[in-house]
Amino acid sequence: MIQAIALLLAFQLGGEALRAALHLPVPGPVIGMTLLLFWLVSRGGPDDALRNTSGSLLQHLSLMFVPAGTGVMLHAGRLVDEAWPIFIALIASTVLGLLATGLTLHLLTRHRAGRPQ
Amino acid sequence: MTEIWVYLSAQPLLWLTLTLAAYLLALALHRRAGGHPAVNPVLISVSLLVALLLLTDTPYPRYFDGAQFVHFLLGPTTVALAIPLHGQLKRLLGMAGPLTIALVIGSLTAALSAYAIAALMGASAPTLASLAPKSVTTPIAMGIAERLGGLASLTAVFVILTGIVGAIFASGLLARAGVRDEASVGFALGLASHGIGTARAFQLSEQTGAFAALAMGLNGLFTALTLPWILPMLAGLLN
Repeated sequence: MIQAIALLLAFQLGGEALRAALHLPVPGPVIGMTLLLFWLVSRGGPDDALRNTSGSLLQHLSLMFVPAGTGVMLHAGRLVDEAWPIFIALIASTVLGLLATGLTLHLLTRHRAGRPQ
Repeated sequence: MTEIWVYLSAQPLLWLTLTLAAYLLALALHRRAGGHPAVNPVLISVSLLVALLLLTDTPYPRYFDGAQFVHFLLGPTTVALAIPLHGQLKRLLGMAGPLTIALVIGSLTAALSAYAIAALMGASAPTLASLAPKSVTTPIAMGIAERLGGLASLTAVFVILTGIVGAIFASGLLARAGVRDEASVGFALGLASHGIGTARAFQLSEQTGAFAALAMGLNGLFTALTLPWILPMLAGLLN
């Protein structure tokens, strides 16, 4: 498990270093994810330790958003003052974004559904 | 009793433990509700913690001293998304064309509709700039908002709220629109609702989660590269 965590951190570190060196607009962990994907392709896949550790972490991905989400209390004033535009815009745009993405992909790939992989 | 509280409430250990406890309670409620998306673990945990912090008059920075250890795990967990992505790689590459088109249409719809609706309803300029990148994962969204004249910490709040909205509504909404395949549901969740949508997608299935993780990464990159140029044009049109 420690080996797998060290590997994930090393790829995150590599991502951060690449981002700083090349002034990329994407955060270090997302670059680290891409680097790890290339590494997995070159190795033919993850070993059991990496697969299990990643599975445990991803199972609780929701938890990792709780500390930042609790920061909502810092902006209570603005959220109340501009409640209507903020909440209508957030809900409507998220619904529109979900439908636009899901319907586009569904319509473009529908004809493949019956075809064997 | 008060003395013990004064001592413990200043320690990172207390708020770290309470963050995990709030999450475990939220998770138990989520499972008891049969995994119903409206019983969202992030929403419940955050509500519990905000209520507790307000009741005990604890400032957010003191809370974050403890909670930062959980927050830190977001980095390595994002890297770990490479494993399910690798598992679905063949399928993802076979769909590269449709995925690219869905990315462009979905990303622009999410960002520009948020901006336009809030602008037409009279939101202030910093609120608008903080709203536009809300479908993108937090660190990218904060960077984009700052370039547009928004507030990074307000953006983080909008990102989280967007994630919760998407996680709650996505599966029911898409099913009603006739979209039920794992690829489309997952890609829509990750694109419109970043990591929280991806967490919801992994509750549905690992395949759904892999498509969500891909959409989250791609939309982060696409939005970071295009929104700072496109948004001033839309702002000009609306004024």
